[in-house]
Amino acid sequence: MESLEKFFALDFVQNAIPCLIVALLAWALIRARREPLWAEAYRRLGRNPVAVAAIVVIGIYGLVAFLDSIGTTDKVSQDRTTVIDRLFEMPKEKTYSAPFASMTTGEPKPSALKAPGRHIMGTDGVGADVFYRTLKGARTAFIISGLTTLIITPVGLILGLIAGYYGKFWDDIIQYVYTVISSIPGILMQIALVLVLGKGIWQICIALGAARWVGMCRLIRGETLKHRDREYVRAAKALGVSDLRILLRHILPNLLPVIIITVTLGFSGLALSEAILSYLGIGVDASMGSWGNMIDSARDELAREPVIWWNLTSASIALFVLVLAFQTLGDALRDAIDPRLRS
Amino acid sequence: MLLQVENLKTYFHTPRGIAKAVDGVSFSVEKGETRAIVGESGCGKSITALSLLQLVPEPAGYIESGRILFEGKDLLDRTWEQMREVRGDDISMIFQEPMTSLNPVYTVGWQIEETMRAHGKNAATARARALELLDRVGIKDPSGALRQYPHELSGGMRQRVMISIALANRPKLLVADEPTTALDVTVQAQILALIRELQKETGMAVLLITHDLGIVAEVADTVSVMYAGQVVEDAPTRELFKNPRHPYTRGLFASLPARNRRGQDLATLEGVVPDSAAWPKGCRFADRCKYAWESCHTIAPTFHPNGSDRPVRCHLYDPNISGRPSRLPWLTELPVTADLVEAAKL
Amino acid sequence: MLSYILRRILYAIPILLGVLFVTHFLFFGISSPEVIARRNLSTRNPKPEQIKQWLTDHGYDKPASEQLKRSTIDMMSFNFGKSDTTGEDIWSRIKQGALPSLIVGGLVFLIGLAIALLTAIIAAYFRGTYVDAFITFFCVVLMSVVYIVYVIGLQFVLGKLLRLGPISGWDTGLGMLKFLALPVVIGVISGLGADIRLYRTFLLDETNQDYVRTARAKGVAEQWILFRHVLKNALMPVITSTVAAIPTLILGSLVLESFFGIPGLGNYLVDAINGQDFSVVRAMVFLGTLLTIVGLIFTDIAYALVDPRVRLE
Repeated sequence: MESLEKFFALDFVQNAIPCLIVALLAWALIRARREPLWAEAYRRLGRNPVAVAAIVVIGIYGLVAFLDSIGTTDKVSQDRTTVIDRLFEMPKEKTYSAPFASMTTGEPKPSALKAPGRHIMGTDGVGADVFYRTLKGARTAFIISGLTTLIITPVGLILGLIAGYYGKFWDDIIQYVYTVISSIPGILMQIALVLVLGKGIWQICIALGAARWVGMCRLIRGETLKHRDREYVRAAKALGVSDLRILLRHILPNLLPVIIITVTLGFSGLALSEAILSYLGIGVDASMGSWGNMIDSARDELAREPVIWWNLTSASIALFVLVLAFQTLGDALRDAIDPRLRS
Repeated sequence: MLLQVENLKTYFHTPRGIAKAVDGVSFSVEKGETRAIVGESGCGKSITALSLLQLVPEPAGYIESGRILFEGKDLLDRTWEQMREVRGDDISMIFQEPMTSLNPVYTVGWQIEETMRAHGKNAATARARALELLDRVGIKDPSGALRQYPHELSGGMRQRVMISIALANRPKLLVADEPTTALDVTVQAQILALIRELQKETGMAVLLITHDLGIVAEVADTVSVMYAGQVVEDAPTRELFKNPRHPYTRGLFASLPARNRRGQDLATLEGVVPDSAAWPKGCRFADRCKYAWESCHTIAPTFHPNGSDRPVRCHLYDPNISGRPSRLPWLTELPVTADLVEAAKL
Repeated sequence: MLSYILRRILYAIPILLGVLFVTHFLFFGISSPEVIARRNLSTRNPKPEQIKQWLTDHGYDKPASEQLKRSTIDMMSFNFGKSDTTGEDIWSRIKQGALPSLIVGGLVFLIGLAIALLTAIIAAYFRGTYVDAFITFFCVVLMSVVYIVYVIGLQFVLGKLLRLGPISGWDTGLGMLKFLALPVVIGVISGLGADIRLYRTFLLDETNQDYVRTARAKGVAEQWILFRHVLKNALMPVITSTVAAIPTLILGSLVLESFFGIPGLGNYLVDAINGQDFSVVRAMVFLGTLLTIVGLIFTDIAYALVDPRVRLE
């Protein structure tokens, strides 16, 4: 456990995760292009301006997360400086400042800024640039959502395929396991797991994934069950094709649309969960910077004078736009891939 | 004339453009008559039936133009609310899937009575009539069946329930959309016999939508053959079976097994129905027609080529088209329908 | 009917046992009483004697079989033991907290269900029009806002700026009402987006069924079709989806309760998390699961009442 914790605390590993996610997604999408069904879906997606906008938005967030992942490490202090850090190098302010300095109530009034006009969203109570902190949250959101997805997708997929395809004994076992897990309310499971495992990115992702693989597993099981009895699978069986090959070559490609839609929609849910865990005090470390932490710290600031509301606003909007983009993309994908589901 | 459909066009918005599912269909139904509309799946016959009651799935589908004269008045002039008075009352309809066509969470009795209550009958009359109807359509223990749910009945029984719903208000026209397709063969015959009996009793007209020429021979007085959203041939059943005129109709007959062609391979119609979003410019059957020549691919045939009493949508009968063979090309072939005529005692 | 219910309850027992095993494994397999003790002791590097003392004080020094009994039989008989941090009896705290949570949760649930279902019906009735498109879009927007932003933001706007109600507190009797207003409004709003969208999908799934076409062909009015035919069929998936809400009825919404100072179970749990109080968290996990399973049994019963196809034998 300790060594795993250390391993996942390495910058290299943490940086590898967003890159891996991007690479996997790109591979899946390029691979899918060859299938006629998907080529048609892409064309439909390209014609949908809302979907294109969502992709662009996600792309921008991804770029910020990526820029925040590459940088240099100081030999002496071991501090990392990423590209985003470089872009926001400016004198540290002493106090808060609003984007429009008069837009808050109460005392003390802010003192003069060292770099006036450079703080797009103002500065928070201790003088940190709010916009910079908001940008730093993108990487955390991508790492948490991405790593959790990387955990739950294979688990849910493999168990779902086994339960759906082999049925009988395996199905009974797997169904029992996921019924047990799903009868523990998700939020309680997450709380218990973080308490037991301790804090840290890796632990949070396991906690988030522990309740969520069930949904994926149930879905895949149902879909596999549908395909198992189709003629093409029976034909392949009759021709003596091995089970593994049937699963990988015949059934899996048919499940890809469902998986991609679920993952896309799941991404937004994960980003939202991160914020709730942070509020409960079991989120990512405060030093890492996340939207959840910003929102959490804002609740104290709203109760104090002066009311520093832009911290909350900035983080909420950043999270809102990303989640909205994933939701819209997920819906658009569903429409493009499966016209039958169109409302 | 009870029902007269003139140049009906029902279109659908699809991602590929506008699909002209029904594209200028005309036919008529006399009082007490049974007309069959026959064709392969996708030819627009079911959409035609749904168009009569304006039940085309919205918002994708819509009636583009045409007239549906029922007792001389155009149904298309009616609003949705006015149309409601006609549905289930003057014109009622039964569907292909008795499994899903009944609401699973209400009893059979409730669903029969609902039809009558929707048209202003009081609860007591409705209940008495429901009992009478179930008895009439041949359900044993009708009072018990009233309290049963659809899933407790067999497919044939459910279709009988559907029929009693359709007959509840003594309609003048019954539209039956593939009423026996989902049923076992033995049950099919019973249901058809029942429809015929009830028709004799009540004097209602029946519009039967089917793909099965056997059923047509058994129950229909007149037939419209549909292909690719159009009627290609319209004839009394006897005439059609004795002398099918359109190459497509002949193709349909040739693909049925017959005694005088024993030992030969069954004929098949090569090719597929063209895309309804892009009908061909000329004859829609030309690509699959073994008699087609150049004009067939460029000029669309009209429905009354030589002004005869039996309209056919085919250039072979149009004296104004050039390149036409001097006599019908199939006169040298074996007759395609002799057996069927004999079997059906037409 | 009775045997049907009994059978459902019998089905639940292996699942409950499974959950007990999972929680036991979490707290004693992955973690251990030593870790719990270390986290609970205030000193930075506790001496082995201190840990030992803590374990004895909180009853973690017993043999493994005794621990297993505590995790299963004692849990099942609601004998949750004492809190790791405060030493209070957990069960008596739960009994205290259940009522406020039930009131807040119940109101949020019922009002939310009514509004969501009504809006979904409106959307389904106007399907394919701008009304429907607007409602759908609005739902996605509502769903994209994180729950705590609703709570923090709306409390600030409604409570602090507009002064529509007290920001936090609790009272018994009628005095409770003024403290209820804000949390209930916020709780309802935060859940609306997802619920409306879900119910709309359920309703639209049913409007595409063949029996709706039959009803139209019978000349039945549209409103009647929607309320009598479609709604009754759509109720079944709605019932299933609301089961997820049942544990939250009593456990309360963690964030909502702690934020508005409502002395319910959610608040209790948040305190336990902050205090690393393992025995309380364990008891709450068990309670939450038990409620979910009871909820599932109620769903099955509701199903049997609504859907004639469910066999009671």
